[in-house]
Amino acid sequence: MFSSTAARRLLPRSVGVTSTSSRFASTKGRADLLAGAGAYGGLADQDRIFTNLYGEQDWRLKDALKRGDYHLTADIMRMGPDWIVQEIKDSGLRGRGGAGFPSGLKWSFMPKDSDGRPSFLVVNADESEPGTCKDREIMRKDPHKLIEGCLLAGYAMRARAAYIYIRGEYFNEAVVLDEAIHEAYAAGLIGRDACGSGYDFDVYLHRGAGAYICGEETALIESLEGRQGKPRLKPPFPAGVGLFGCPSTVTNVETVAVSPTILRRGASWFAGFGNPNNRGTKLFAISGHVKNPIVVEESMSIPLRELIEKHCGGMRNGWDSLRACIPGGSSVPVLNKPQCDDALMEFDDLRSKGSGLGTAAVTMFDNTVDMVGAIRRLAHFYKHESCGQCTPCREGTSWLEDILIRMERGDADKREIPMLEEISRQIEGHTICALGDAAAWPVQGLLRHFRKDIEDRIDDPSSFDPDKAFQYAWSGDPFDNKEWVEANGDKMVYGLPK
Amino acid sequence: MLSAVRLLTRRLPSASAMAVQTRTMGTSQSFHINTPDNTQETYFDFTEENYKLVNKILSKYPANYKQSGIIPLLDLAQRQHGGWLPVAAMDKVASIVEAAPSRVYEVASFYTMFNRTKVGKYFIQLCGTTPCMICGSEDIKKTIEKHLGIKNGGTTKDGMFTLLEVECLGACANAPMVQLNDDYYECLTPKTVIELLEACKEGKPPPMGKWGSLPMNGQVSCEGPLGKTTLWEVLPPKVDAERFKDGKVDPASVKEHMSY
Repeated sequence: MFSSTAARRLLPRSVGVTSTSSRFASTKGRADLLAGAGAYGGLADQDRIFTNLYGEQDWRLKDALKRGDYHLTADIMRMGPDWIVQEIKDSGLRGRGGAGFPSGLKWSFMPKDSDGRPSFLVVNADESEPGTCKDREIMRKDPHKLIEGCLLAGYAMRARAAYIYIRGEYFNEAVVLDEAIHEAYAAGLIGRDACGSGYDFDVYLHRGAGAYICGEETALIESLEGRQGKPRLKPPFPAGVGLFGCPSTVTNVETVAVSPTILRRGASWFAGFGNPNNRGTKLFAISGHVKNPIVVEESMSIPLRELIEKHCGGMRNGWDSLRACIPGGSSVPVLNKPQCDDALMEFDDLRSKGSGLGTAAVTMFDNTVDMVGAIRRLAHFYKHESCGQCTPCREGTSWLEDILIRMERGDADKREIPMLEEISRQIEGHTICALGDAAAWPVQGLLRHFRKDIEDRIDDPSSFDPDKAFQYAWSGDPFDNKEWVEANGDKMVYGLPK
Repeated sequence: MLSAVRLLTRRLPSASAMAVQTRTMGTSQSFHINTPDNTQETYFDFTEENYKLVNKILSKYPANYKQSGIIPLLDLAQRQHGGWLPVAAMDKVASIVEAAPSRVYEVASFYTMFNRTKVGKYFIQLCGTTPCMICGSEDIKKTIEKHLGIKNGGTTKDGMFTLLEVECLGACANAPMVQLNDDYYECLTPKTVIELLEACKEGKPPPMGKWGSLPMNGQVSCEGPLGKTTLWEVLPPKVDAERFKDGKVDPASVKEHMSY
């Protein structure tokens, strides 16, 4: 599906990228950051949705109201569900959970008349994609944005209640979210006569128990019903038969959490960022070999290089040390250095490069990394997380790992390289859910860009030095943010003199 | 005849052969082996306090979908039972949600957070997936293994620590990290991870920071070691209230139309 040549032919793009080199120097000055507000990065602070992303304020209702949450909620609801869906369609919001399906369209699939069954909104907070840690920041620092989003999105779908499925490992996040739900009930913002609108809407929190596959929508529904998280065949789609056999829509936390702000500020405001078809602002989670790994909100279509240089202080050994990048969570194929140089962080441009935006979780690899080993570890991840329902995925993921373990050491035959490719092609598209595809794509990306590494190693296994490729602990540059942390850490940071 | 019997007995899988499984979930195998403290006859019941929570949990789901409570109830049982889940607790949950015990067994063996064998008082789950791996999770793993004298999957002799390498825990911008029971300790180095282990040995793991996790390099949460680059000036969003003054739909009528 992501066959790069075909995609390139289909999507010839020449995007006018604003000159960014002038801002590449490690900048922390406010004026520098506010300069160049508008599309393609340089988002201004007043256009950011998650204003408590770094936690200067409290997550509780009092501070959430100050940030503008629950402002005019009832008035927006009086505009009607169809108006809300249209507004979301006009805003160009695409699902933030990885697949990028147009949100307004998805919401419009829900039945407008009841056949006796209630409808449900299911919020996918099972954030387990390697590299992704954005929803966590929403849930622990701005939970009320999510809860208000549940009400508005749920009302737009004419749903009776929302179930938030949070991954089990996020225990402390679940505590905050649960408390925020109680606060919202107590203040009459959800529950009976939510926000004084006359509509009744409940929000329930459900904790999972550690399974990546439960991020797939039908697996999530299965898991919510108390079974193994094994995806269902579609059709019937969840909008017809979903949670508890009722019409349901499963959406990502970020999609739900941004919708109240879009509705309040207008579709045209949101559509003012990013390229056509890739509108809006987005939370980017950047990890790997950068000086300042961070979660940051930026406009869509920001060049990858600008994102890294501006918010992460650049690669730890300079941009030229870049070896590869996974731009959207582990499930998308890797990009090589020349592709990273001019990549835009948006669905279309990354797709034309044979990768994808996914969840916008950027992982940067510098030239100390052995890419075969890195992808071998991802293959292990998919082997571990395959639910075991479809044979190509259950067996194939093990084979991918077995072959890559040997290739990492150079203990393989060159004929196995096309075999590896063949296995990945046989998994891709032959499974019920997208986990099979997700397992195949990183391997395909490896073969596309780093085939020579594998071949060289097979030719001369002694050329690979595992000690040299060993990665020592790296969580960014040495800590240098004392002033801000003293002001905003509530004296609860580690290493403070008691 | 006798030799055939001997052949059969030899083919029966021994416990050590079972341990070498290719696909394991969580800390243990995907099947149950009776141990003195873990048989179907072992006693397990929720405490009175937890029964209140049981009812609270079940009230979230439709009355004909009590099974939805299986995962939260198993979690509750595991917490009550010191971090691991005996088969008797699964049977208890099955009787509460009115499901066949096998329904609960299959759930308990599918999800990685259910420990069906004993774990240490401090259960260290080390994230080892690629974003953490390239940030040195193997360095951290080596350090822990050396410091505690256990291997991945093992428990210390005093039953204090269990180390397990797990898959992505979703704190990638704060890699490398471990989850100690419920809490995330992030941005680790070999030095700070030893400090963490030593603090645990004294029974005082460092308390969580402001946002329910503890980056051990001095950060507060996800702002990076060099600090945030945005949100210096935060103003309430500009909202044009005029846009919503013509709203004519009564949400209560939507509710009635959908017969809620």
